[in-house]
Amino acid sequence: MTENASMPDRATLIEMYRKMSLLKQNDEQARAAILSGKLPMIYYSPRGQEVIPSAVSVNLKTTDYICTIYRGTHDMLAKGVPLKDLWAEMAGKATGTCKGKGGPMHITHPASGAMITTGIVGSSMPIANGLALASQIRKDGRVTVAYFGDAASNIGAFHEALNMASVWKLPVVFVCQNNRFGEHTRYEKATAAKHIADRAVGYQMPGVTVDGNDPLAMHAVAHEAIERARRGEGPTLIEAMTFRFFGHVFGDADAYMNKEEKAAAMAADPVPRYRNWLIEQKHVTAAELDAVDATYASEIAAAIDAAIAAPFPDVSELRKDVYAAELTE
Amino acid sequence: MSTATSKKMNSIQALNMALHEAMAADPEVIMLGEDVADPEDGGVMGVTKGLSTKFGDARVRSTPISEQAIIGACIGASMVGMKPVAEIMLMNFTTVAMDMIVNHAAKLRFMSGGQTKVPITIRVTTGAGFSTGGQHADYLEAWFAHTAGLKVVTYSTPAEAKGLLLSCIFDDDPCIFIENLPTYFAPGEAPEPGQRIPLGVARVARPGRDATVIAYGPQVHQAIAAASKLAEEGVEVEVIDLRTIAPWDRATVLNSVARTRRAVVTHEAVKPFGVGAEISSVIHEELFSQLKAPVQRVGAPFCAVPYSKPLETAFVPGAAQIEAALRKTLK
Repeated sequence: MTENASMPDRATLIEMYRKMSLLKQNDEQARAAILSGKLPMIYYSPRGQEVIPSAVSVNLKTTDYICTIYRGTHDMLAKGVPLKDLWAEMAGKATGTCKGKGGPMHITHPASGAMITTGIVGSSMPIANGLALASQIRKDGRVTVAYFGDAASNIGAFHEALNMASVWKLPVVFVCQNNRFGEHTRYEKATAAKHIADRAVGYQMPGVTVDGNDPLAMHAVAHEAIERARRGEGPTLIEAMTFRFFGHVFGDADAYMNKEEKAAAMAADPVPRYRNWLIEQKHVTAAELDAVDATYASEIAAAIDAAIAAPFPDVSELRKDVYAAELTE
Repeated sequence: MSTATSKKMNSIQALNMALHEAMAADPEVIMLGEDVADPEDGGVMGVTKGLSTKFGDARVRSTPISEQAIIGACIGASMVGMKPVAEIMLMNFTTVAMDMIVNHAAKLRFMSGGQTKVPITIRVTTGAGFSTGGQHADYLEAWFAHTAGLKVVTYSTPAEAKGLLLSCIFDDDPCIFIENLPTYFAPGEAPEPGQRIPLGVARVARPGRDATVIAYGPQVHQAIAAASKLAEEGVEVEVIDLRTIAPWDRATVLNSVARTRRAVVTHEAVKPFGVGAEISSVIHEELFSQLKAPVQRVGAPFCAVPYSKPLETAFVPGAAQIEAALRKTLK
């Protein structure tokens, strides 16, 4: 852990852990549900990347906005999307966030400020700008966070969006979760910049590379960027270094990954590491964290069971939400 | 606009009037696009002139040449209740932003189960006639009409332009509003202040009993010219101005063709896989046994918009082609 000047208070330290525990266990139960055949679905595991949205989200208000991508259930849960709604959506049920019409790659829950999950690499950024533009015009003090992966910085939308955000000083924070792979291709094979954050220079905005698996460092960087945006001083590009444990799409064979590198990353799992640190530093007792873990374990299991038991959407939904008015044919 | 009180107005003035009315009526209407603010001349064709001066730099913004960023910003702002209008200078430039338009603007309402909506208006202009070649004059409406969730709207007169643009801006769904460059300066009757024309409702531009031409945009005038020619021979052709290409007014079209029992669909876009194919198909599906002849389609030849003047002239379908198609149905 990197202790720093903006060390969060005890409540925030614990809140970060609560989120990490939720995200980690949610992923574990998701993979178990898929492997057991209980709930087959397309799934992009965020395991290993839990620290980033946890440290970002404790700096956000419910009314702030996030935009994320298909590997985004961790971002959604950290922002406050209710477990039951999320799981029902992943199961394609009528009770899901999107009535079962979006699925795991399109989770949306505006009540939590979770405005869009996109399945298109790079597309969270231009839309985040628009949310931030609305806040700037309305002077409502809200901040928008756009999450994306390292490979998304190679698509044109990244360039267009960061340039526009900087020209207009939009209240937006671009959080790149650099997990070292774009689909199956290693970072170095696809990206000329040594660091994604280096690209910020071209947009005249602050660019920060941070250990995205270090909650204290991540919290400090996120806090500064979010408050800077809230003050109207413009966007920041954060590159949070991390590692994804379970490949691109869950079930891929990982043959493109270096086994030693992956094993080392998994051995340095950031969630138990933070848990141990909290206990060692006497911020909290093991028993208290056990209680947090146990609560989420049962809440997640209950959400999955409820999702499986819930009804599928009626076929009439195909005519609804295409336009504001229901289709008649 | 000072010309609002005069009797004649061109489309640029009418569109400008609509934008002024919309921005005055609702502070959530904003305008984004390349060169749209007054320091940049209020748009390359002057459609947005005066807006930034009157409504301020926050609401009327000249953007970088970044179509994905323009449409993305409009989408995001609209998701939280604003009513953004994007000017994409030319219809061909929408291709740069197709991910934003097709994957996001069109689908977010559906994919979110109705939790978010995208009430944006994307103004584009296009049209062959100025020898601008293959990348500045295409008609791509069929692409958008084929995408569930988008509304596609165009007009045939300045007054129609104004009324339809206002309806697009205040509509709850994403609208592609197609303006016509070659007829921008053609004068027409001035619209009434505040007048709106509902989306999804076609207009009978010329009544008739013997055949129906379904047209939109400047083709409406070509169809009326063809109808006038045939009227000299005692044949009365009804011309329907579709106005909203998607979702189109099936009732008005089918009621007309059920009466006339002959139909031609015309558009400036290339003929294969065009809007005409869909309308012709529906007419056949619904009215096959009542038709006196197969529905005919008129459209541009299947090539890029050409540069050389004689080629460009031959490319754009006109009254002669519509007349020939009508004569086929009248045999």
